[in-house]
Amino acid sequence: MSLLEVRNLKKYFATQKAVDDISFSLDKGSIFGLLGPNGAGKTTLIRMITGIFYPDEGNILLDGKKFDAENDVALIGYMPEERGLYKKMKIGEQAVYLAQLKGLSRHAAIERVKQWFIKFEMQSWWNKKVEDLSKGMGQKLQFVTTVLHEPKLIILDEPFSGLDPVNSNLIKEEIYDLAKKGSTIIFSTHRMEQVEEICDHIILVNKGQKILDGSVGNVKQQFKENIFSIALDRIPGIPVQQIFDVIGKNDSSLILRINNGFRSNDVLQYFIGQNINVVSFNEMLPSLSDIFIKLVEGTPLARQFQSVKA
Amino acid sequence: MKKTWLVIQREYLTRVKRRSFLITTLIVPIIIIGFYAAIIAISISGSTSSQKIALIDDGHLFNGQVDKAKDDLSQYAFIQGETEDSFKSKYKTLGYSAFLYVPKINIDAPYGIRIHSQSALSLSDKGKIESTVNRAIEDKRLASAQIDPAKYKAINADVSIENTIDSENGEKKAVAGVAYAVSFGGGILIYMILLIYGMMVMRGVMEEKVNRIAEVIVSSVKPFQLMLGKIIGIGAVGLTQFSIWIVLMILLQALVPLLFPGMFHQVTANPAVAQAGQTGQPNMMIVVAEGLKSLPIGLILFCFVFYFLGGYLIYASMFAAIGSAVSEDQQEAQQLTFPIMMPIILAFVIMTKAVNDPNSGLAIFGSLFPLTSPIVMMGRIAYSPPAWQIILSMAFLILGFLFFTWLTAKIYRTGILMYGKKITWKEMIKWAFRKG
Repeated sequence: MSLLEVRNLKKYFATQKAVDDISFSLDKGSIFGLLGPNGAGKTTLIRMITGIFYPDEGNILLDGKKFDAENDVALIGYMPEERGLYKKMKIGEQAVYLAQLKGLSRHAAIERVKQWFIKFEMQSWWNKKVEDLSKGMGQKLQFVTTVLHEPKLIILDEPFSGLDPVNSNLIKEEIYDLAKKGSTIIFSTHRMEQVEEICDHIILVNKGQKILDGSVGNVKQQFKENIFSIALDRIPGIPVQQIFDVIGKNDSSLILRINNGFRSNDVLQYFIGQNINVVSFNEMLPSLSDIFIKLVEGTPLARQFQSVKA
Repeated sequence: MKKTWLVIQREYLTRVKRRSFLITTLIVPIIIIGFYAAIIAISISGSTSSQKIALIDDGHLFNGQVDKAKDDLSQYAFIQGETEDSFKSKYKTLGYSAFLYVPKINIDAPYGIRIHSQSALSLSDKGKIESTVNRAIEDKRLASAQIDPAKYKAINADVSIENTIDSENGEKKAVAGVAYAVSFGGGILIYMILLIYGMMVMRGVMEEKVNRIAEVIVSSVKPFQLMLGKIIGIGAVGLTQFSIWIVLMILLQALVPLLFPGMFHQVTANPAVAQAGQTGQPNMMIVVAEGLKSLPIGLILFCFVFYFLGGYLIYASMFAAIGSAVSEDQQEAQQLTFPIMMPIILAFVIMTKAVNDPNSGLAIFGSLFPLTSPIVMMGRIAYSPPAWQIILSMAFLILGFLFFTWLTAKIYRTGILMYGKKITWKEMIKWAFRKG
């Protein structure tokens, strides 16, 4: 069953079609990557899902029911890319305040904050002010305040920016843990290696439209270019032939692109026929980063303003 | 509603708990009372200092006896057998602070009277000595015109006219000076409130935007709730601060006589005041007390609270909208606040006119128009303007508040989520009037 379903969502601003007819659905407990170049419409899409903007057209279904911004904000935890905390406020009080805004009672909020602070070894921070924290520590606190009220849907926009590897891992483990407990996570970032590592499912938006939707594995299969790496005990001189082209080469291995109409076994047969020992043979799937660049390349870096006839 | 309440609590508590709040709340009344005490202390010390003045009366103006003007406290001593030049070098060592030289003069053209002193005489001392000399000359002239000086003084009139207002509640004594002071004071207070707390709202909104808190909060609270919570919270801070100030002022006022015990005693012992009492002029304190009694105090206090809140709410919502449009620096904020400062300053200018002429067309317009009425109406209220004007002004203020809040909420909603872009007034107006 899908936790979030977005149908034909549209939001036009005076100068731009920020989100132009996007639909997708998210399974409960999945980790979902929302990708796209700068200005593609990701933030606008997220702001509609979090109830900050009303869509011009289209529907959002949360947990099977029509999304009601007023009451459903308690089900959502959102960590925006432009995020911050009150600098002069004490850390404990601030976390409790944010939890109360999400609908927790003061008592429950204090309990939860204490639990999280113990988990992240932040107990000594309670009476410090945010301005005393380093950027990374602030980030951890921000993460805690986002998930404190145990939301069903967690939206994280660039959650790892400014974190050192140790703290990054800590947050990453926490994300896996939350997903395992049944939270659904939308993860928006430009760091493709993180998406590959963490996400089950991705969509790619560009110019306000969805241009790719699928599981990470499927997307890679979809964009594979039949490139293989083959390690051999000796590298022969290879004459031009029909089966494959050599596109890279080092001391012990070759990188090949198999031509249309041939299969990997044909390659193996070719080398076996030449009595060359095959040490290993792997398909090289494209990285998400390559796919991203391939799909987005050619569109101007910053979106041009366009006139909208709505 | 519950969330707005949470926002109000946070806005209020974080400000009231701050050390700077405590400091300003305590220091301001101390400064005001300090000034007040200093002014009284200085004026009293000035009026009691009696200086010794030597007098060489070559023109026989005084006939051996100085008839001092009523507030001249100087002691005059006649010097015989000295000339102006010979005495110039001596009066200091003989213990005189100045010496007055009266040459032989024509009583109808009395030129050449000189006072010598080590340093320039204060304006008030010089004035007092001049009036003493004037009395002497007047007496001589009366004598030469064969008028009895005592008779002349009896003829001399010094009348103050009482103004009674005939209202339904019976006759009351109007005291223009007191009404003027109350009006002016009320107008200035509202003016300061609008600026101080309006700016506080703007800084609060800017803090949220510049520190990137707005989007985090707005994902759990509607922008309007956040804005309203901030405005009400800071308004409550203002009311708290004002209440503390009033209590402190009353306490300190009671303390001043204890700190300077001699002061009031001296005032009453001052011969000038005593003399004024004898000539039938009522004592100053009694005048003020009566003046206050003649004013519609209840109405004034009610209006003060009403215009305090109404004016604050209108302007705070506008300052909030400005704060939401500022993305980074203070300078940008200054440029954007200018159009909002204009009506406040305009209102202040109209108010200064209205206290002098409370029923002029400009004053009536200013006290009805919701952007100027909080300040201007306070300037008129002590003069008991017609009831329909007060009611209409309040109605307009409420309508104005609803209209501007509706307008500014739309600007605010868009502004707080807009980053990295310099926003102009034109864009803000576009946001304000956009549908939805």
